[in-house]
Amino acid sequence: MSKRVGTEASFAIADAVQLADVDVVAAYPITPQTHIVERISELVADGDLDAEFICVESEHSAMSACLGSSAAGARTYTATAGQGLELMHEVLYIASSCRLPIVMNVSNRALSGPLNVWGDHSDVMATRDCGWIQYFTENAQEVFDLTLCAFKIAEDPNVLFPVMVHMDGFNVSHVVEALEILEPDDLKGFIPPLNYPHPLDPNRPVSMGCFGPPVIYTECRKAQEEALRPTKQTIIKVWKEFGEKFGRHYNPVETYRTEDADTILLCMGSFSETATGAIDALRDKGVKAGLIRLRLWRPFPFEELRSALSSVKNLIVFDRALSYGGPGGPVCSEIRSALYGARQRPAIVNFVGGLGGRDVTPQQFEQMFTRAQEIIANNLDIEYEMIGVRE
Amino acid sequence: MKEETVQKLKDNGELFAPGHRSCIGCGEVLAVRQVCKALGKDTIIANATGCMEIVSSPFPTTNWLVPWIHTLFENTAAVAAGIESGLKAMKRKGRGPAQDVTVVAMGGDGATADIGFQALSGALERGHNFIYVCYDNEAYMNTGIQRSSATPLGAMTSTSPPGKKSIGQVTWKKDMPAIAVAHNIPYVATACPSYAADLVKKVKKAKETPGPAYLHIFSVCPTGWRSKPELSIELGRLAVETGIFPLYEVEQGKYKITKNVKELKSIRDYLKSQGRFRHLTDDIVDQIQQQVTEKYDQLRRKAEM
Repeated sequence: MSKRVGTEASFAIADAVQLADVDVVAAYPITPQTHIVERISELVADGDLDAEFICVESEHSAMSACLGSSAAGARTYTATAGQGLELMHEVLYIASSCRLPIVMNVSNRALSGPLNVWGDHSDVMATRDCGWIQYFTENAQEVFDLTLCAFKIAEDPNVLFPVMVHMDGFNVSHVVEALEILEPDDLKGFIPPLNYPHPLDPNRPVSMGCFGPPVIYTECRKAQEEALRPTKQTIIKVWKEFGEKFGRHYNPVETYRTEDADTILLCMGSFSETATGAIDALRDKGVKAGLIRLRLWRPFPFEELRSALSSVKNLIVFDRALSYGGPGGPVCSEIRSALYGARQRPAIVNFVGGLGGRDVTPQQFEQMFTRAQEIIANNLDIEYEMIGVRE
Repeated sequence: MKEETVQKLKDNGELFAPGHRSCIGCGEVLAVRQVCKALGKDTIIANATGCMEIVSSPFPTTNWLVPWIHTLFENTAAVAAGIESGLKAMKRKGRGPAQDVTVVAMGGDGATADIGFQALSGALERGHNFIYVCYDNEAYMNTGIQRSSATPLGAMTSTSPPGKKSIGQVTWKKDMPAIAVAHNIPYVATACPSYAADLVKKVKKAKETPGPAYLHIFSVCPTGWRSKPELSIELGRLAVETGIFPLYEVEQGKYKITKNVKELKSIRDYLKSQGRFRHLTDDIVDQIQQQVTEKYDQLRRKAEM
C-alpha cells in the first residue's frame, strides 16, 4: 500500500531510485542536487538499495561511468545540476547516440558567472540539443512519479534513450511537501527488468562507439532523430498507464482554464504553480486568462501545443533563461517557431525572469498580462522584456 | 624470444583482427595485439579516442573480437569503472555474463598523462578491479604529432618545433608509472612489445591482481618519430638497453627490474635513428644522457630496497 508522507522532493527521488532497484549510481555532489545523492548513498550503506555507488571525481566522470555501466546492461542512474550538467555536456551526446537508457534528475540551477547556486533554466537550455528525452516536474509528487516513469520510458525497447527529469533547484528540490510514496507491491511489474539488447558481453562481442566518417555520419544523425521523435508515443503511453494505475495523470502539455481564454500564459517548471494563483485572480477580475504548463521539452510536443493554442488570441511565454544577443527566452523562440506555420496563430509576448533564484510573485504574473496587452495593442516591436530587474 | 613463447602466443589466437589501418611499423598496434592475446576472450575493453580507435573502428568495420567501447578522449578510466561496477552489481543480482570478466581501459599518452589524467586518478584511487593500459608513443600522433606531457626532452613535434630560441620539447617526460605507484595500487608495470614474453607475463599478472593495475607500454611510432618502420622492434630494444625506457614492475609497492641492463648503452644511437632528435646539439644530448643514467640509478636503488 502506498503511504502519504511529508518529505523533501530530493528524498522522494531517492525513494523512486530505490523502488526502481537501480544497479549503478555514479554521481558527484553539487548544490542543489546533493540531497538526492546523499540519501541514495545512505540507502546503499544501509543495504536498502543493492547498487554500486560510484563516488566519482567529477560530473564528467559521473556521466562517463554511467556510459560504461549502462553499456554493460546495468540499470544506471545519476543526478546533477547547473555547472555539473555543463561539465557533462559532451558526454550527454554519447549517451543518446549510443542509445543508453540512463536516467538522470537535474535540479535546475543558474550558470556562472557570477557564481549562483539557485534555480533557473540556463543549464537545461545549454543541453537542449543533446538528444535526450527531457521533461519538467513542478513539485515533489510529480518528480517522484515521473522519475519512476523515466526508467520505464528509457528502457522501453521502442525507446532506448536516456531521460532527463528536471525540477527547479531549491524551489522544488529542497521543499518538504506532502506526497504519496508508492510501495514495491504497488509497483509490481510497472518497471520490467532491464533487457538491454546489445550489452558489452564477452559471450556476444559488440563494438560500440565506432567512429563515423562523412560517408556515414549524416545517416547516423538521421537514424537518431527518427528514433527519438516517435518516443513521444511511448512517453504518453507510460504516463497514461501510470495514471490508470495510480490516479495521477500527466500530459506533454498541461492546460489550466484555457478553454475560453483570450490570453494564455505558458511556463515551464515550478513557477507554473505560482502562475495558477495569478490566473485565478485574473479570472476573478473578469480577465479571460489561462495557463499552459509545458511538461515535455524533448521530443517537443508540436501537435499537442498547436492544438492547445489553436484558438487563443494572445500568448505570453515566460522563460527562466536568456539567449544572449539572440531572440530572448529559448522556450519562446521554440514556441514562435512551432506556431509560425499555423494558419491561425496568437500574438506572442516573451518575458524573461526568475533568474538565479529570483522570485516571481503572483502579482508579477498578473502584471505580465497587463504589459502584454500594451505591447500587443500598440504593436511594439519588442523581442522580449526582462521582469523584476532593479534599475 | 623463446620459440615456446612464440608458439604459445600464436596458439592464443587473435582478438585484435588483421585489416586495421595503422601505419607500417606501428608499435602501438603490436602492443595492443599482444595485450589482447594475453587477456583472452573474457575481456571488455574501453578505448580512448586516438590512433588505436581510429585505425580499428571506422563504421561499419571493426577489428575487435572482444566487446569494445569507445566514447570520448578523456573519460576512458571512468567508463571502465562504470563497466566494472555494472558487472559487479548485475552479478550479485544474478544477471550479466556468468564468467569472470577482465575490464580494461586503453589510451595513448595524451589520453593518459594529459586530458584523461583526472579520470584515471579517480578510478585508481577508488580501487576498481580493472587494468589501465597506456600505450605511449610520446606525442599526439592521431592529430598530427603534437607534444604531450609524455614527449621527451628535445623531441621535435608540431607544437614543440626546434627553432632559434628552442631546442624542441623543453620539458622532461612526465613519469606516469611513478604517479600510478603513488596511488598505492597493487600492480604497476612498464612494458614494450619488443619484449613480448615480458609484456604478456605482465598483462597476465595485472589480470590476476584484484584491484587496479596500471601498464605503461612503450610504443614506437615511425610516423611521429621519423624513424624507419623496419627499425620499430629494434628501437624498442634500444630504448630499454639505453635505460631510456626501463622495464620494471611494482608489486604492492615493491620495485623489480624485469629486464636488468648491466651496462647501459649510450643513448646516441637511439637518438640518431630518429628524425625528431636530429637537431639536438651535443650539449643537449649530454644533458639527456646524464638524466637517463641518474633515473636508471634511482630505479636500481628502489629495486634494491
